[in-house]
Amino acid sequence: MRHLLATEGLDAATATAVLDTAEELKRTLLGREVRKLPTLRGRTVITMFYEASTRTRVSFEIAGKWMSADVVNVSATGSSVGKGESLRDTALTLAAAGADCVIVRHPASGAAHRLAGWLHEAGTSVVNAGDGMHEHPTQALLDAATLRERLGELAGRRIAIVGDVLHSRVARSNVHLLTTLGADVVLVAPPTLLPAHVDRWPVTVSHTFDAELPSVDAVMMLRVQAERMHGGFFPSTREYSIAYGMSEARLATLPEHAVVLHPGPMLRGMEIASAVADSPRAAITQQVANGVHVRMAVLYHLLAHEEEVS
Amino acid sequence: MTSLVLRGIRPYGEDPVDVEIRDGVIAAVGSDVDTDGAEVRDAGGLVALPGLVDLHTHLREPGREDTETIETGSAAAALGGYTAVFAMANTNPVADNAVIVEHVWRRGREVGLVDVHPVGAVTVGLAGERLAELGTMARSQARVRMFSDDGHCVADPLLMRRALEYSTALDAVIAQHAEEPRLTVGAQAHEGELAARLGLAGWPAAAEESIIARDCLLARQTGARLHVCHVSTAGSAELLRWAKGQGIEVSAEVTPHHLLLDDELLATYDPVNKVNPPLRTAADAKVLRAALAEGVLDCVATDHAPHAPQDKDCEWSAARPGMLGLQTALSVVIRTMVEPGLLDWRGVARVLSERPAEIAGLPDQGRPLEEGEPATLTLVDPDATWTVRGAELASIAANTPYEGMTLPGRVVTTLLRGRITAHEGEVLR
Amino acid sequence: MAPRNRGAAEPAGRELLSAGDVARTVARMAHQVIERTSLGAADAQPVVLLGIHTRGAPLAHRLAGRIAEFSGARVPTGVLDITLYRDDLRRRPTLPLGTTELPPGGVDDQLVILVDDVLFSGRTIRAALDALRDAGRPRAVQLAVLVDRGHRELPIRADYVGKNVPTSRTEEVHVQLEETDGRDAVLLQRTENRA
Repeated sequence: MRHLLATEGLDAATATAVLDTAEELKRTLLGREVRKLPTLRGRTVITMFYEASTRTRVSFEIAGKWMSADVVNVSATGSSVGKGESLRDTALTLAAAGADCVIVRHPASGAAHRLAGWLHEAGTSVVNAGDGMHEHPTQALLDAATLRERLGELAGRRIAIVGDVLHSRVARSNVHLLTTLGADVVLVAPPTLLPAHVDRWPVTVSHTFDAELPSVDAVMMLRVQAERMHGGFFPSTREYSIAYGMSEARLATLPEHAVVLHPGPMLRGMEIASAVADSPRAAITQQVANGVHVRMAVLYHLLAHEEEVS
Repeated sequence: MTSLVLRGIRPYGEDPVDVEIRDGVIAAVGSDVDTDGAEVRDAGGLVALPGLVDLHTHLREPGREDTETIETGSAAAALGGYTAVFAMANTNPVADNAVIVEHVWRRGREVGLVDVHPVGAVTVGLAGERLAELGTMARSQARVRMFSDDGHCVADPLLMRRALEYSTALDAVIAQHAEEPRLTVGAQAHEGELAARLGLAGWPAAAEESIIARDCLLARQTGARLHVCHVSTAGSAELLRWAKGQGIEVSAEVTPHHLLLDDELLATYDPVNKVNPPLRTAADAKVLRAALAEGVLDCVATDHAPHAPQDKDCEWSAARPGMLGLQTALSVVIRTMVEPGLLDWRGVARVLSERPAEIAGLPDQGRPLEEGEPATLTLVDPDATWTVRGAELASIAANTPYEGMTLPGRVVTTLLRGRITAHEGEVLR
Repeated sequence: MAPRNRGAAEPAGRELLSAGDVARTVARMAHQVIERTSLGAADAQPVVLLGIHTRGAPLAHRLAGRIAEFSGARVPTGVLDITLYRDDLRRRPTLPLGTTELPPGGVDDQLVILVDDVLFSGRTIRAALDALRDAGRPRAVQLAVLVDRGHRELPIRADYVGKNVPTSRTEEVHVQLEETDGRDAVLLQRTENRA
């Protein structure tokens, strides 16, 4: 595996291998005083974040450091990027400075793919930490890891993804990965927040959240930006949360074993009720914890071994 | 001036004849043309077409001479078989007044490789708020007869109505870039299945179709002539068929790239494929080809749009839309229309030369290849092929979506009123 | 480091130890461990067994079983995967991680006896020592191996050796166990086609 750009095209065997590695890493580090593994010693990992993000960046940084890699963080503001340097030039500069791996988050869909092309000669690996509305593969992997922990095997499970699917890279990555791993996905959203031709995706589509609740094994709530109201996507935050919010009442109609996930950050009271976020049925903090192990596993699969040139 | 005899050319791909050219005019056509004192060139087997006319090209001068100039754009045009081009007004400064259009016109004459006809802006600064001085531009040396805010849509329906009405006194045509701006805010690619999967904000077909529908009705209301730029959707073709059936005076152009390419190319996120209006689906391209053959779409126009490397060598959303087109247009038309039998060479002459000249009101272009007509023609080797390399094209910019593709047909010679402007891949000033 | 065979039965070589030999060897090693650590005695220091993944793990469990049989002492047993500590990861395609499960009670202040099937260059043991160091602070570490085939590249030696097998560098020693390979045997093989 040279890059991790997307979950689309990631086959079940590779995805499962990464998840298994993450599981083993978690177990290995459990209870340890020294939470460090020497495996990526001498490897240089650089995070390039063109969008503000604390949780994901910190997660990647910890993941790299726990594997003994040297991690350097570059943020868009206050750097040469703020002075107008192109994405390509920034990437080539970092590769020339010695980066073995660049972890990029960027507001433009396809940015990670373009980077992988520009860095091909340099041999630098690229990890997509979120490109525009396109993909966020490590989020989908940590969601899958969390679901595996709570539900066991994912094959045959029914997962609802609820909210602003149209603008969500988390939704796209999860649709690809969950269906690859054999789960059934139902997208729940008002028609204005669904992508064009979503009927051709390997999913079911529903506009009525309540109708889906009794039959799902997990509910994945997406962030909904209140500003979308101004684009006419929904009339008001009140109407949105009444129809599509994960309320306490809705939590009660979920099957006993069902789990609630959220990629964060949450808008309590909008897409998820405060009490639900804090309930033991919600696996949100577990997601964050798994995020570190999953990212360690991704770095292991990309950087620990010699890549066979294909 | 000595005469020039071209031996064995095939007008419209039909039977070979010899043609004598004297004083810029076709003096004789036949099998026993007088060769005394003439320069004789053997052009056996080459197809002869009236010089190609491009109603839609961006020469980038004034303002972006780092990507193209009137000189380099004229060279690209001549090499592509063109003898007249219409230079769009979205330069910097905008061509919304007589000074700029006269500069473009004069510079085109100085270079002398093609007839450069400046298109005047419809609104001041392309801002869509008030009419530009259409009359002054029409009466200037540049004699502007086509006005367009291309790059932007004249979105305000009242303003579009006024422009159409006003143009009727000038015997001019308003060329609309059909794009309802409220429906394309932040749009990156055709609103279809692929863009949805790739996370690229969609440019819905209805944004183009709704403006075409509106403007056809306004043309009917005002009795004015309307021309629609770069038609890209099957729905637009449908609307145009209806409008023409109603007797509305509307003409429409389609670009070569919309005939050949589709949104499958989005997957690489390479912005060389980014264009406005965007590449649509393969199904749309198929309908456009049929509509061009039928005449619902009147002509092919390149929308030649040079861009600097830093505007394409970046992430998709940061890239500027547009593709080169002057040197590849004829080959793409051969690939998409002639090879599958949708058009014969007469049809090619119609869509690339005769109809555009008619729409623009050019008296000396798009003429029949007959005695007494201007010797403004293009000789094409229909059996040759060539591989497109952006770096080798005459334009300063190199943003061609056909990079590395081998295309059919090669322009061998271009003549403008009897003077050879391009021959065997070289321009002759 | 020699590649760690993960489970597949190897083509036949010369049999050095039969199933019965293996059983007797393990029993003898168990007696040695009991004697040297004074297991079962009232003031004996606590001992844990840590098998090195892959075949060290079932071996460690067998040893624990024999020790319990002969002395009545129950020795906590765990498994250690050393993949993340290998010194040759860069030269191989991605290796899946094996399980690491420390014995109940951990390794702090314990006498940890590492258990492996074959001792060769010593690099595996060195990686195991590194892994062990991050897992806790044992009081002492000893090493038990079923076969010592010589050719050490590091200053490492085993405390308990089932069988010493002098070998040449062009030979390979394969240990097969019921739990991983379906039968018990120790085989010697020539590596003619080793790249």
